[in-house]
Amino acid sequence: MKMFKITSEPINNQDVIDSVVHHNAGAISVFIGTVREMTGQKQTKFLHYEAYVPMAEKQLERIGTEIQEKWPSAITAITHRIGTLQISDIAVTIAVSTPHRQDAFEASRYAIERIKEIVPIWKKEHYTDGEEWIGNQKGTKTYPAGHPEGVVK
Amino acid sequence: MMINILLFADLAQQAETERISIEVHFPLNVEEVRTLLQNEVGKLSGIENALLAVNEEYVELTDQVNDGDTVAFIPPVSGG
Repeated sequence: MKMFKITSEPINNQDVIDSVVHHNAGAISVFIGTVREMTGQKQTKFLHYEAYVPMAEKQLERIGTEIQEKWPSAITAITHRIGTLQISDIAVTIAVSTPHRQDAFEASRYAIERIKEIVPIWKKEHYTDGEEWIGNQKGTKTYPAGHPEGVVK
Repeated sequence: MMINILLFADLAQQAETERISIEVHFPLNVEEVRTLLQNEVGKLSGIENALLAVNEEYVELTDQVNDGDTVAFIPPVSGG
């Protein structure tokens, strides 16, 4: 299967995990992002994800390359779902295998943080009292140069 | 000569389209494309915070655009 994939189908975690299995791996760390119902006082009914698919897959692949530069023996696979997702559905699955566990934990954390910075995917919240495109999730980031940090061409 | 423009999420919603082709003259940079786009579809609030891509690679506002290029305005992303 493709190691870096945007899909409109439900994600099968095991497929993502299987694609990083390696005989020299001593650990596989898996991160699963799921749809949360309550954000503060706001209640989510469902979510809609949209992506610039070809570019998003390239950026996921770039994250894989960055991980390999930082943790040379790591193998990474990431699948992100788009379309309409219900509460508790899986939005993203990341699997990283490494020879030792600490690197696997760190690399999978790195992958999800980078997804939130550089991968062109957007989430629209459909709340019980309205809807909203989520962007700039920390409310602090602007991109005066036109690109996120660390993504110079 | 033509370039293609892609809009996403809130920007596409405001412009009421995800894709538009416009007739342009070169030389032209991304910042000028952003102005021409808004002449065509109206002011897009928040577009100054968008990331910029040409042919699926991130670029800067001052980078040049060529005939047939696809310029994407990418609102702050929210995957994961």
